[in-house]
Amino acid sequence: MKNWLSHHAQSLWLALKRLLQNPFAGLLNIGVIGIALSLPSGLYVLLNNLENLSRQVSSEPQISLFLNMQATPAEVAQMQAQLKSHPGVRNFQFVPRDQALRELQKAAGIGDVVQSLTHNPLPDAFIIHAKNSSAEALQALRDEISSWPNAAHVQLDSLWAQRLDALLRLGKLVILMLAILLSFALVAVTFNTIRLQILTQRDEIEVAKLIGATPRFIRRPFLYIGALQGLAGGVIAWVIVAISIHVLDKGIADLTRLYSVNFQLNHLNISDSGSLILFSAWLGWVGAWMSVSRHLHQIEQH
Amino acid sequence: MISLSQVCKRYPGGYDALKNISFTMQHGELVAVTGHSGAGKSTLLKLIAAIERPTRGSIIINGQNTSSLRTAAIPYLRRNFGLVFQDHKLLFERTVFENVLLPLQITGFERRESAKRVRAALDKVGLLDKEKTLPITLSGGEQQRLCIARAIVSRPAILLADEPTGNLDAAYASDIMELFKSFNQVGVTVIIASHDEAMLKRLNPRLLKLNCGELAS
Repeated sequence: MKNWLSHHAQSLWLALKRLLQNPFAGLLNIGVIGIALSLPSGLYVLLNNLENLSRQVSSEPQISLFLNMQATPAEVAQMQAQLKSHPGVRNFQFVPRDQALRELQKAAGIGDVVQSLTHNPLPDAFIIHAKNSSAEALQALRDEISSWPNAAHVQLDSLWAQRLDALLRLGKLVILMLAILLSFALVAVTFNTIRLQILTQRDEIEVAKLIGATPRFIRRPFLYIGALQGLAGGVIAWVIVAISIHVLDKGIADLTRLYSVNFQLNHLNISDSGSLILFSAWLGWVGAWMSVSRHLHQIEQH
Repeated sequence: MISLSQVCKRYPGGYDALKNISFTMQHGELVAVTGHSGAGKSTLLKLIAAIERPTRGSIIINGQNTSSLRTAAIPYLRRNFGLVFQDHKLLFERTVFENVLLPLQITGFERRESAKRVRAALDKVGLLDKEKTLPITLSGGEQQRLCIARAIVSRPAILLADEPTGNLDAAYASDIMELFKSFNQVGVTVIIASHDEAMLKRLNPRLLKLNCGELAS
């Protein structure tokens, strides 16, 4: 066990030494990997933030029912009873017009405008959550409610949120595709680096084989080089994302202050950061493994 | 024990390097393979070390038939041998010490014990004071001795040397031959291939003479 560990330590040391032998080429490779990975991971962070934002605005489908301005309290009460007994309604909430005005005053960016109003232009309203949240059921419920007397306007509020959700899902798909493509690029970069390494270490490999080295012994330092390079590339990608977020965050803070909203970009969390770096290291390892299997076999035939 | 029976080696293109070779060696023997260039000496050594496989016939080393050995088992078979090459095959970006250490790293030897063995091997060939230098600074004879140190460091039972004195002047060459003789005296089986029959005869070996791929009696 101790031998085995020291063996690995040796390979790791050898890999580091070989990487440092040609620092410029190594840095370029690591930079390429870092930039390639920062693209999907940066987009992922942005999308996550968008998702957070949309979650703040509930995406549970709801129907807003605005009453006629002239509706009397008795008529409102009758409507309440009607909603209570309706089989398609899960629950509902009555928003009196005064409360609606107060909420509007608190909400984003238009407090000043509301202040300047001389009378309350808002009607009484119900916010209704349907039992069945499929688009067709909601549509049917909306149509039914809008035929009721005193219903001035019925609106499916959440449709835009659903659309945003769908859009976010699409965005995630795009990121996934991008990540897969760029992963291939990363594997290719490592494949090539290791190929060059093998060419320069050719004598050493041949001698090691002649004096009884197993393929595993020969492969190991190259795998470490690939994994180390991937690891370093992952760290670079993380740094690029962190810096970009830091820069963007300032811009976004300026922008959102103008809308009197407080919104801050979240950075990659620890588990995402860990996965990014480990995944990158793993891809490097895979590229190295492919390269070594292919090129050592060629040396074997000589 | 090394035993060859009816071994033939034909290279692609139809050239027969070895034809119908059969002989047996016991442990601790000193065997010299001689013949002109192209007689098949190197090929014979390569077949014994399983660097190449015979086209026909069988080679049995310590009870293992190399021609039917799995590829994965070959590295372990090679650890029975110490190989000395005419062109040394040293690693020039590693120090003298690291060159000799390589076989022990391959077999996964413990570090402190390895260092002891490396120094013992270097001492044996008279290079102990050069352990930190790079092989490029050594003379031809010293490089050959370094190659020998690397071959003996893992204390193999069989030492195979292909033209070990090929590039050396007479004084160096007889030094090297003396070294092989001393290994043989402590029980190592030694096989030396060389065209220089006069030099070999001084070791008083069992002579195997190759002539155009065939064994002359």
